Amino acid sequence: MVAVTSPAFEANARAALVDAKLQKALGHIKDGFVQRRTAAAARLPEFDALRDLAKEIKDHTLDHLDLYLAHFERRVTESGGVVHWCRDAAEARETVLTICHAAGAKSVTKGKSMVGEEIALNDFLEKNGIEPVETDLGEYIIQLRREPPSHIIAPAIHVNKEQVAEAFRAAHTELPADRPLEEPAALLAEARAMLRRKFLAADIGITGANFLIAETGSTVIVTNEGNGDLTQMLPRVHVVLASIEKVVPTLEDVSTILRLLARSATGQEFSVYTTFSTGPRRPADLDGPEQFHVILLDNGRSAMLGTPFQEMLRCIRCGACLNHCPVYGAVGGHAYGWVYPGPMGAVLTPWLVGLDQAKHLPNASTFCGKCESVCPMRIPLPGLMRRLRERAHLERLDAPVARGALAAWSFVARRPRLYCAVAAIAARTLASLGGRAGCLRRLPLARGWMQGRDMPAPEGRTFMAQWRERAR
Amino acid sequence: MMSLKRPRVALFVTCLVDLFRPTVGFAAIKLLEAAGCAVEVPRLQTCCGQPAFNSGDSETARALARSVVGAFEGYDYVVAPSGSCGGMIKKHFPELFEHEPGWRARAEALAAKTFELVSFLVDVRKLDRVSARFSGTVTYHDSCSGLRELGVKEQPRRLLASVEGLRLVEHADAETCCGFGGTFCVKYPEISTHMVAEKCAQAAKTGAGHLLAGDLGCLLNMAGRMRREGRAVSVRHVAEVLADMAEGPGLGEAAGRWSP
Repeated sequence: MVAVTSPAFEANARAALVDAKLQKALGHIKDGFVQRRTAAAARLPEFDALRDLAKEIKDHTLDHLDLYLAHFERRVTESGGVVHWCRDAAEARETVLTICHAAGAKSVTKGKSMVGEEIALNDFLEKNGIEPVETDLGEYIIQLRREPPSHIIAPAIHVNKEQVAEAFRAAHTELPADRPLEEPAALLAEARAMLRRKFLAADIGITGANFLIAETGSTVIVTNEGNGDLTQMLPRVHVVLASIEKVVPTLEDVSTILRLLARSATGQEFSVYTTFSTGPRRPADLDGPEQFHVILLDNGRSAMLGTPFQEMLRCIRCGACLNHCPVYGAVGGHAYGWVYPGPMGAVLTPWLVGLDQAKHLPNASTFCGKCESVCPMRIPLPGLMRRLRERAHLERLDAPVARGALAAWSFVARRPRLYCAVAAIAARTLASLGGRAGCLRRLPLARGWMQGRDMPAPEGRTFMAQWRERAR
Repeated sequence: MMSLKRPRVALFVTCLVDLFRPTVGFAAIKLLEAAGCAVEVPRLQTCCGQPAFNSGDSETARALARSVVGAFEGYDYVVAPSGSCGGMIKKHFPELFEHEPGWRARAEALAAKTFELVSFLVDVRKLDRVSARFSGTVTYHDSCSGLRELGVKEQPRRLLASVEGLRLVEHADAETCCGFGGTFCVKYPEISTHMVAEKCAQAAKTGAGHLLAGDLGCLLNMAGRMRREGRAVSVRHVAEVLADMAEGPGLGEAAGRWSP
């Protein structure tokens, strides 16, 4: 498992807020993704109707997930492929290794896959003597930097071009040390040249899947770089990593959801490459892999079925909730401490690594509702985060100080007469502490508030006290 | 058809208005009366329960919701000078009783007649102007719950446009959260401060002398940050301006210090 630093969310966030490079990089999200998504949605009059339709498709599929997965497996088998059912990350890793051993593989190219991150496949393959090479440019950069992605569709969004050049110089030692690497084009050309060799040498290509199609047994990837196609077409063996909720019934259904995916993610109408894979190479095919494997990973997802959290399984990993989240925008993805950051991560991570580990994540939201308002699959993210807070409260995972304050407040708030009296005293006390300045600079028990702002002083007498007097 | 009889409106004062800014409560009453309502203030009110609800303490939230339902269900309408508390009653009370059909029905009935103040004036009472004067340039922050749970967006702007002497300039990202988030601002103060600093910078960039919003939580947060940064932007509730009761100091201000 990837190291989970979610318990240190507060410290992670504090560090992120004072990281000038990171703050600059995060600033680009608003000008890039957010504005483009808004424009793309505005250009498509049926955008919201498509969201309703996509939700219906996924809700129906998830209600009958067993049926569609079985059908998908049947179709994959009929087309000459193999489906491997994996309960957890360990099983998925072992399955990949078994396939690698059977193929005598020394090197593996990888298309971008969040499931690959979830099961920490790269470290595992390296430990077993197999070289994994990420071929998505962002993934390649963070692989060289030996760090996890900070965004589910833009894994290296936290890295600037100087840092990329630094990573390339450290890794590509066979190239002249004095080569110019200031321009993005130079970086791109170098990555392309290095990766081209890896593509040709790879024994196995591993990709993720944006969708699985039950009707045809196809897997679908969307990319902008074409790396996924080289990854899966050139090597002898193609392995698809997919979690079970990726299945949809038909080609028609995929087409519907694809109309939302790129628009929500990058503001493109469609990604540059949308690739459907159905089985291994057939006798008449000019190219394609000899073997086609699909790894179906559960890893805790089936436990979400039939609960309110089933709604989370509609997620198509577009990243819109990250891009629009003011908290993600302030602290970036690494602060969340595991594979999935932002609002979708705040809901999913507790299910995958445990609520005790990830309890900060659903709390680190103002419930501003922006994520839900842009989610193409209409996932009620704040509502699901609130349910996780409820579970944390029931399991007594919330901080004792917060519990105590809540209990004290609750005791008073449930007793209107007592409440009125306490409020009247508080209003007068705070007003007199505020004095002529009209605000307080220091206040015991309010360190969090006072650290970044003053406390405006109350006017002096509560509304209820004044109202009672007038009514008399 | 609007009834000829004046509707009985119960004012849900909200705990923050009660404690910090009673003027907002009186401004709400003035506006509601001017819009032809008979306003009453039920005595047995404290808080809508949102702090408990958002902290995962649904039991306390339900207890408070039951008492709000009991105290307010007998009126024609319930109006709150807050999109956040209004949203709690309108959207979340019914959710709280998902397993209690009896209470759920009562919560839904209450939800149907509960409104945020400014949207009630415009959408229900069909008000399209107020009689008020305010000389100065203002910018308006769209509080999240009002905006996204209750659709409060054009209503305050429409009424502000009728205030004599007032000029409205929009700030960039007016719909972006100010970082208050109830208990969020004390649980994650650094992130909250980062967000409110950004909000204050955007508001100040317009050159407006006044920042208005419809929720006291956001207003206290933004005013507190404005004061900490020493910015000369006065912060107050939109109802004060609409009710022509904005002559006193803004939130966190000494009397007379930032007079427009």
